Amino acid sequence: MAAPALRVVEANARFYRRTWRGSVISSFAVPFFTLLAMGGGLGRLVDEGAGTGRGAYLGFIAPALLAATAMMTAAGESTYPVVAGIKWTKNYHAALATPIRPPDLVHGLIGFLGIRLIFNLAVYAGIMVLLDAMELGPALAAVGPAVLTGVAFATPIAAWCATLDDDRALSSFFRFALMPMFLFSGTFFPVDQLPSFLQPIVFLSPLWHGVELARGAAGVPQSPHFPWWVHTLILVTLAVVGLVLAARNFTKRLHT
Amino acid sequence: MAEPLVIATDLSKKFGEFQAVDGIDFQIAPGEAFGFLGPNGAGKTSTMKMIAATSPVTQGTLRVFGLDPATAGAAIRARLGVVPQEDNLDTELTVEENLFIYGRYFDLPRSEIRKRIDELLAFAQLADRKKSKVDPLSGGMKRRLTIARGLINRPEILILDEPTTGLDPQARHLLWDRLYRLKRDGATLVITTHYMDEAEQLCDRLVIMDKGKIVGEGSPRSLIQEHSTREVVELRFPAGEQEIVAPRIEGIGSRIEVLPDRILVYADEAEKAMEEVHNRGLEPEMTLARRSTLEDVFLHLTGRSLVD
Repeated sequence: MAAPALRVVEANARFYRRTWRGSVISSFAVPFFTLLAMGGGLGRLVDEGAGTGRGAYLGFIAPALLAATAMMTAAGESTYPVVAGIKWTKNYHAALATPIRPPDLVHGLIGFLGIRLIFNLAVYAGIMVLLDAMELGPALAAVGPAVLTGVAFATPIAAWCATLDDDRALSSFFRFALMPMFLFSGTFFPVDQLPSFLQPIVFLSPLWHGVELARGAAGVPQSPHFPWWVHTLILVTLAVVGLVLAARNFTKRLHT
Repeated sequence: MAEPLVIATDLSKKFGEFQAVDGIDFQIAPGEAFGFLGPNGAGKTSTMKMIAATSPVTQGTLRVFGLDPATAGAAIRARLGVVPQEDNLDTELTVEENLFIYGRYFDLPRSEIRKRIDELLAFAQLADRKKSKVDPLSGGMKRRLTIARGLINRPEILILDEPTTGLDPQARHLLWDRLYRLKRDGATLVITTHYMDEAEQLCDRLVIMDKGKIVGEGSPRSLIQEHSTREVVELRFPAGEQEIVAPRIEGIGSRIEVLPDRILVYADEAEKAMEEVHNRGLEPEMTLARRSTLEDVFLHLTGRSLVD
């Protein structure tokens, strides 16, 4: 990463140090309670019904929740803050009056997000171990794919948000794009449970690839659709194409 | 004259079909306070943004420190300070943090930034607000903080876009005082404003812009000498009578301007012009004699008033 982009990472970290309290709920509390309710409550029912043994369902959803949490955190960081930097607080404009260039803002945003994801997800993985959802090794192994999932969401979303004039589209995006993805990407049940004509649609969901990859890394028996490197390739492609587009859109928007 | 810091030749800026800046030429010398005066929409901010290397030039050439903003944008910006029209401070951060983050953007060492923060806050009369958040600061304080922020890299040119718009008179004068100090210490200032008093107070030399073009150039005094008379008499008549009375005033002074609410008579000696008005049997509701200002120059050059 170039020096100016590191300066942006540093600025984001300083800003986060001031404002982190507001994000604790979404970063930790929500995934924690989801894990508790789905894994502990619903999981008991599932395990009894399927006769898979206690805790199997919890172990099934835990790595998937890591990937899904990464998606949600990434979406949060690459939507409203981008629109704010351009339109509301205009702090992007302030930064650009210095040697910082628009692509540096993108790289700094994604760089800091990566650091945050590693930290947040490691803590979340620790909680999973404490709740007996996973062993420590597999839990940490699933963090890598989850971070990649987050970045693969963040860059294209940031590229898109750099073209917006206001936040009207964003609530629809969360409701009608991210929420269905969260629920139907094999997060809570194997994709095979869906009618077969729906399954190819799920393959389009980047979260599904992240979920599959995280499960694979954690050693959870995964659905046999694709080998791991296909999921990786798809997520890396999304991340890279998104990064290029975001740098282009930021420049187009901010250096007019 | 020393090598100019900014040279613009036939500089143009287009947004789609809209011609914001239309082939302007100007040069800015080191140590000078240079102004762009004009109404809103005249192309001042667009020109500033091109100088600040944050907006690409559409046509013509622009050199800042001898560099081309298209290829050396970051190098140019490293030597500039920019105070934008709208404050874009991080309101959730403290005064100190705002300056610190900005200093880091310029890649300054942390210890150096801490030293400069104290100096700059003393200069901006905000030393006692160092640890407070930006949000509750008054408009004047925020603007002074934005100026302090623009000075963190010890810029060779400080660019100020409408520095006192929206400030109350007291805050304005305090800000002007800070800018005089900078000027006295040899700073090069580039200022846009639509306030003629601000331009007269602060600028050594200025260009008057209208509809993307430069319509006049010089020091405030020389512009007034060139385009206006020494004095002006303002005559106010009852509503509706202005147009009727105007022909009877023709011939007094060197020219007259009929505005919606008053008639201006341009004359080198206001006393004589007022006498003549009386001699013609006219009884204005109100009479005011004053010196010519840049407002009169603008009116003469464009046929419109600055506040239109």
